[in-house]
Amino acid sequence: MAFGPHLLLAVLEGLVSAAVLSLTALGLSLVFGVMRVVNIAHGELFMLGAVLAWAISNAVGGPPALGFLAALVLAPLIVGAVALVAERLVLRRLHYEPQATIVATIGLLYIIQQMALTFYGPEARPVPPPFNIRIALPWFGYSGYKLSIVAASALVLLATWLVLTRTRIGLVMRATQYDRETAQAFGIPVDRVYAGVFALGAMLAAIAAVLIVPISQAHYLMGQDPLLLSFIVVIIGGLGSLRGTVVAAVLIGLSDGIVSMFFSPTLAKIIATLIVAMVLVFRPQGLFGTPTR
Amino acid sequence: MIGEASSAKVHGLHLGIVALLLVLNFILPDYHQSLLSRILVLSVFAMGYNLLFGYVGLLSLGHAMFFSAGLYGAGLAVAHLGWSVPAAFAGGLVCGALLSLVIGVLALRTIGVAFMIVTMMFSQAFFLTILYFAAWTGGDQGVVVPQAGRILHLGALSFDLVDPTVRFIAALVLFSICLFVTTAIIRSRHGRVLVAIRENEERTRMLGYDIFANKLAAVVVSGTICAAAGAAYALLFGYVGSNFASIQYSILPLLWVLLGGAATTLGPLVGTLVMYYVIDITSFYTSAYLLIVGVFLILLVLFFPKGILGTIRQRWLGWLP
Repeated sequence: MAFGPHLLLAVLEGLVSAAVLSLTALGLSLVFGVMRVVNIAHGELFMLGAVLAWAISNAVGGPPALGFLAALVLAPLIVGAVALVAERLVLRRLHYEPQATIVATIGLLYIIQQMALTFYGPEARPVPPPFNIRIALPWFGYSGYKLSIVAASALVLLATWLVLTRTRIGLVMRATQYDRETAQAFGIPVDRVYAGVFALGAMLAAIAAVLIVPISQAHYLMGQDPLLLSFIVVIIGGLGSLRGTVVAAVLIGLSDGIVSMFFSPTLAKIIATLIVAMVLVFRPQGLFGTPTR
Repeated sequence: MIGEASSAKVHGLHLGIVALLLVLNFILPDYHQSLLSRILVLSVFAMGYNLLFGYVGLLSLGHAMFFSAGLYGAGLAVAHLGWSVPAAFAGGLVCGALLSLVIGVLALRTIGVAFMIVTMMFSQAFFLTILYFAAWTGGDQGVVVPQAGRILHLGALSFDLVDPTVRFIAALVLFSICLFVTTAIIRSRHGRVLVAIRENEERTRMLGYDIFANKLAAVVVSGTICAAAGAAYALLFGYVGSNFASIQYSILPLLWVLLGGAATTLGPLVGTLVMYYVIDITSFYTSAYLLIVGVFLILLVLFFPKGILGTIRQRWLGWLP
């Protein structure tokens, strides 16, 4: 393949990973932005979504599209419920104190991982895609399903943005993020907002996982990479900034796709990780964020 | 608070613990002797972590890189360069000290959550670097340190570190040195400044102390102690692997210290010991050891934030170091 088509393929692959990444990272970013909680278990909630997608589509049976749709609806709901329970039982009792919540979410990470290993097993299992269409380009055929991932992610992102900026729920969330105590004084149920945001963040990760699982199999260790990449995206984009998160996800997803097609993926990851650490050291508000008050 | 009488008590307690461990070497069955020597080396790792986490209040999620700097520094020097045991151990220490100096200068520009994420990122980059240079490091397979290279020559005497008893004594010597060094540090002027930084950084700065220099010194000493544990692990157990650089080995010392009691001198030993035996005993019933680690972490932060020795100190023994 010539350089041009090769680059196009890399860009397409990069767009797909950027789409999934922006959903996952948005979940992490919302939780950090509103609650100031760093959720180390975020990657495991992603993995849980993927594993549940396999289980649900298997249980439903019938045509692949039916099982997939069932997974797309049910898996995020279950993951959201798990997150809600964790928030009520653990995080709230810790009063969202940063160090304690990090340790607790690390604990949650291990618990979810071990549960997946015990009940799902160490194998990587695929979920059949809901449809198989190859879009014939002049140089190569490309999976139509992959392009639909990009479209679906864009829809979810748009919906989240509308909820955040145009609805009362979004207003309440932003008020809580801006000043928790004043929000409470104005009668906003901060406690319930926190629970909702934590569940919403987990559901976004689960949606991303269900979308990706037909092209990359479900495995109990698959949560680590999304976690690190989401951290990278959230930091580059500026913690708690929605627009920054999406821009950074596209940037990171594309460059990750392109660099790992032409260079060793390990080298690409080393460089990306070091760059992010340096951004955090020298520009802690992120590339697009504004300094905190 | 730290009077002459309590000082004598503290040193007495530490000497008693070391003596007890020495006796255990001769009465324990082989399996437990080997397990305990591993625990001693890893509790040195936890001691290094405790210095930063317990006394300065800096939560790092990247100490696996300091441990594995010592591990690879010493292990590869023996395996590839044929260095002697003392030279390789020193090499491991130097690697850990230099790495912690560089990381400290960079990471200490950040505070709070950012510090945790930065240390985690650097550690992850270090882990990936080990995988990338698989030709020397053996990638995720690791490298076995040859037995011939693990013989310590001191003058006319030579000690074979493969022998279980020699190995236990070597681990105990390292443990005792680190115990007395960390006790000396935290009872020194510098150590009290570190605690002051943990309690109120702004006020300490206002009193005229150089926060950055004190923190940096703590990071370097902490990293070097962890590297010492890593170097000893490579030389005593003869295996160097990328697993030790993974994020899991950054979290384990945090768990051990939390369990034993942060900011107590013996907490790291108690935490490592209890955790190892809990996993050892439950492994008869279940292989789900990650579940136990997870449940312990959550229960600890929820109900025993001060850990075993921290709780004992608060309730009964106020003088406990």
